[in-house]
Amino acid sequence: MRELIGKPAPDGPDLALTIAIWGGAALVAGSFLALLGDLLWHGAARVSWDFLVMAPEHAGKTGGIGPILASTVAILAVALLAALPLGLATAIWLSNFTRGGSLLARQVNLSLDVLAGVPSIVFGLFGNAFFSVVLGMGFSIAAGGLTLACMILPIFIRSVESGLSAVPDEWRRGAAALGLSQAAALRHILLPAAAPAISAGMMLGIGRALAETAALIFTSGYVDRMPESLLDSGRALAVHIYDLSMNVTGGDQAAYASALVLIVLLLAINSVAQTLTGRFLARRISQP
Amino acid sequence: MTPSLSTASATADTFTLGPLQNGPACCIPTPILSIENLSLHYGDKPALAEVSLDIYRGCITALIGPSGCGKTSFLSALNRLSDLIPGCRVGGRIRFGDADIHDPAIDLQGLRRKIGMIFQKPNPFPLSIRRNLEMPLREHGVDRQDELDEKIRQALTDVGLWDEVHDRLDAPALGLSGGQQQRLCIARAIVLEPEVLLMDEPCSALDPLSSAVVEALIQRLRGRYTVVIVTHNLAQARRIANYAAFFWMREKVGKLVEFGRCQQLFDMPRDDLTAAYIAGISG
Ligand SMILES: Nc1ncnc2c1ncn2[C@@H]1O[C@H](COP(=O)(O)OP(=O)(O)OP(=O)(O)O)[C@@H](O)[C@H]1O
Ligand SMILES: [Mg+2]
Repeated sequence: MRELIGKPAPDGPDLALTIAIWGGAALVAGSFLALLGDLLWHGAARVSWDFLVMAPEHAGKTGGIGPILASTVAILAVALLAALPLGLATAIWLSNFTRGGSLLARQVNLSLDVLAGVPSIVFGLFGNAFFSVVLGMGFSIAAGGLTLACMILPIFIRSVESGLSAVPDEWRRGAAALGLSQAAALRHILLPAAAPAISAGMMLGIGRALAETAALIFTSGYVDRMPESLLDSGRALAVHIYDLSMNVTGGDQAAYASALVLIVLLLAINSVAQTLTGRFLARRISQP
Repeated sequence: MTPSLSTASATADTFTLGPLQNGPACCIPTPILSIENLSLHYGDKPALAEVSLDIYRGCITALIGPSGCGKTSFLSALNRLSDLIPGCRVGGRIRFGDADIHDPAIDLQGLRRKIGMIFQKPNPFPLSIRRNLEMPLREHGVDRQDELDEKIRQALTDVGLWDEVHDRLDAPALGLSGGQQQRLCIARAIVLEPEVLLMDEPCSALDPLSSAVVEALIQRLRGRYTVVIVTHNLAQARRIANYAAFFWMREKVGKLVEFGRCQQLFDMPRDDLTAAYIAGISG
């Protein structure tokens, strides 16, 4: 044991690893900040209360994004109202089968992963064929929201399902042995314990839904008037940005400003969602 | 008013289950659980076959035997926890009082409330100490707050935990020590006023001191509850049990080799296997 004393630990590899880890983190954080800075630089000047509430004029070059914000929120609300209950129920049902790591479980998870990776344009074509044409919704906020719901369901189900599967079996057995119903075990133990996964799944879904253009062009359309019902067509923020930057000459500043609003909206919705899941689920669990 | 229980010397005499019974605890054995020709399969693989015995009301029955001979499987058949394991099939008949526990019309949640279970690894829920007891009570229809508080205090006192935790009932249960967690799990089971307690090696994850505390607690449960306990600690079985059942693997299937009064099984085993097992471990 003599040789262990008095020799400093060789810190070469450790140091390299530390630098690599911090470097990686700095790179990621840096590029996000650069993006945000770029948006602020080009767009902040345009963002004002008027910009948020006024209707767009001259194809969006002037005026605001009021109706577009309203449509975006409506589309997102439809998508979440459809996807969250359905996704939770499916994930709960699935996790009863997939917990053992059986063949069926792996296949179900694989197909969810594949579905989650399907390009959104495919969902757009499907949504157009099914919701707009077959169900007769036409180009509407409802059709767009439901298409987005289909798109975020696989991600959401997958993340809730893996959260539920990660809950230790001994709690399930303990609850059953106390004569608790499955519903009680879910409500008091399983869902609260899976709350971080549920909220992560929700964030991924919201992020994907807010950023979506391809799936919406075919379903909710790009009418930029204030929608009067869910069956009206409505232009989502991401579609608006796409339109401004690709089709409207001189629309750059408005595009930057809209993108800035989109990012702020995303951050705001995510923090609300996180607080809500925290309040309703995770609070009830107390880890030491 | 709740009496003050926080004196340091009160740990030993605040148990409310009455003094330890020294004499024969069950003079006239009346079966509370009758197991007839029980068999249990995991998929195609048999784990237990031809097990028949009676569990007597108010007594402690110890299950002993080597690892893998089906003791845990036997316990989980008694409260039908085996239903949770995919592919697990149970055959034979188990009578609890005058009900057949495999009767399709049986109230399964009611059955599991009456037959509580303690696991080898303490498994308190990730809730506060109080909510660990309160939540099952509420789910079983106890709503009045004063009644809940009283039952919780009683159960924690019964397991000797009240003095240790009464000032931090809202702290997370997972912050307790292993021995405290196991006693909390026992409290969580007895707060529902079960008739039978199934214990699967309740002391094996604990240090010797906590283990002695839990063992003393189990002794005090005698008479008020029927206890079925799996243990690899033969000295412990001998100290606490009235009856003992010895399981063994024959042709890779768990069988009941011998069942009898604890003293008889340890001192005058009828079966050579039992004698060899006891001698092998203790001698
Ligand atoms: N969930 C399961 N799936 C498949 N086989 C199982 C399962 N649980 C137990 N077995 C098998 O059943 C047999 C009996 O297991 P059991 O856990 O009942 O033994 P035990 O007597 O409790 O052992 P120990 O003393 O080690 O706890 C073993 O061969 C085990 O491999
Ligand atoms: Mg076991």
